[in-house]
Amino acid sequence: MESLTNTIQSVPLNHYILLSTIIFSIGVTGVLIRRNAIVIFMSVELMLNAVNLLLTAFSVYRGDASGQVFVFFIMALAAAEVAVGLAIIVMIYRNTNSVDINVLNRLKW
Amino acid sequence: MSTFYFIAFLSIFFSILVISAKNPVHSILYLILTFFTFTIHYILMNAQFLAIVNFIVYMGAILVLFLYTLMLINLNKESEPVKPFMVKFAGVFGGGILIVALVASLKSLGVSNPVILKNPDLGLVKNLGKVLFNEFLMPFEVSSVLLLSAMVGAVLLATKDPKTA
Repeated sequence: MESLTNTIQSVPLNHYILLSTIIFSIGVTGVLIRRNAIVIFMSVELMLNAVNLLLTAFSVYRGDASGQVFVFFIMALAAAEVAVGLAIIVMIYRNTNSVDINVLNRLKW
Repeated sequence: MSTFYFIAFLSIFFSILVISAKNPVHSILYLILTFFTFTIHYILMNAQFLAIVNFIVYMGAILVLFLYTLMLINLNKESEPVKPFMVKFAGVFGGGILIVALVASLKSLGVSNPVILKNPDLGLVKNLGKVLFNEFLMPFEVSSVLLLSAMVGAVLLATKDPKTA
């Protein structure tokens, strides 16, 4: 395990922030450009994971275990969110026979 | 050190493939690979508990749920019409602007100390369990209520209403 943890010894914190920023932005872009509700959901998962990675990096950087416990809570929250969200998608599909979010534009008014 | 950059490149590459794949099943498979690279990131930071939880919960439970839903609703090819080009361009442009804004604010920060694992036991189950069951006992119990209510809600939403069906 020592050799594995030695590999990150020289990675600057900024590069972790940069990686998380890029993946979070990819998730935002995915939400904006796709119309399939399930793919939009996956993009939200990408955003959650980017934040998780950044929290873990900060936790290791500060030597504080609270960050990793918080990531654990975010994972529990993501599991609950996915269960409810996919149930809603199944219900929408049953009512409209598609998962295209443009079908739902009547929710605007 | 180069391991981190290689895995980071793979993370970005697969997450771009997730949002650009035409077929939703391919998107899910690329998402599995992306989450696997995140697991490797956790292992590199010696956060063993999070690596295992990420592996089991995300790659095991959540993605199986995604795949199962996708199989359940039986998407045919023409069910997803593509957005017009201008909308796509605006979406990619907005994402790019977000990256630029965040990176610019990061540059003004200036400091960049290396991530050094001061305490090698930080991410082990023993250490995290002590923190979780001392300081965070109350949120832990509340999260169990959250999961229970999510389960009840999901069952309620997904079952057919016998009156209307």
